[in-house]
Amino acid sequence: MSMRAPLGRALGLGSARDGTGSFWHMRLTSIANIPLTIFFVWIVVSLVGSPYEEVVATLSSPLVAIAMTLVIVLALIHMKIGMQEIIVDYAHGGTKFVLLILNTFFSVVIGAASVFAILKIGFGG
Amino acid sequence: MANAGVETKRPLSPHIQIYKFIPTYLMSGFHRVTGALLYFGTLLVAAWLVAAAAGPDYFAWASWFFESWLGWLALLGYTWALMHHMLGGIRHLIWDTGAMFDKQSATMLAYATLAGSITLTVLIWIVGLLVY
Repeated sequence: MSMRAPLGRALGLGSARDGTGSFWHMRLTSIANIPLTIFFVWIVVSLVGSPYEEVVATLSSPLVAIAMTLVIVLALIHMKIGMQEIIVDYAHGGTKFVLLILNTFFSVVIGAASVFAILKIGFGG
Repeated sequence: MANAGVETKRPLSPHIQIYKFIPTYLMSGFHRVTGALLYFGTLLVAAWLVAAAAGPDYFAWASWFFESWLGWLALLGYTWALMHHMLGGIRHLIWDTGAMFDKQSATMLAYATLAGSITLTVLIWIVGLLVY
């Protein structure tokens, strides 16, 4: 037996069955982002004003490169879900869908550029 | 069509204009705003990494921007947003366990988030300027 109101049934709106997925991934990435943020701030502060050679040498060390990749990837998953929450709160209809698409594109492009840059430096390119 | 027009006549839940400016309300807004700032701040992080990967000339150009007054302002704002969002996130994780949800504790956490983010930003910049 359906518990849905006739209007709700006719409009076909309601749970897309993945709400708890976003909720859980937001918590998961926020826990991971605490140590990763501390690491990121530490690395950036230690490189303030450093010459090019020193920055590249630090970023090419395997542990730094691995941690920096995690910083980027987990921050992007976190911020993509966060911006999605903001968009569905304030935008509706066609605007909402355009913004949701742009949100995904932005996150993926930033991720691809950053991870490629880290790997290129890491592999000595 | 007995239900025609029902959708438009349904009551709307109240929005931001009905709430008092209390610390928890303000910090809730700050959490969202700092999150959005950090979202666009990733452009700076990506630009820095790509410039370092592209070579000395591009890196010099990026350094020129970050060491300009606009770059310093962006980095100062980014530092505060990052610290505030991190502490606000920790606050939310505490709440997720069900703890500190009473009025006094929640208000105390709101003040602590703001004070903590400003303190951490100042400390990071003191260390940063000493390194610089």
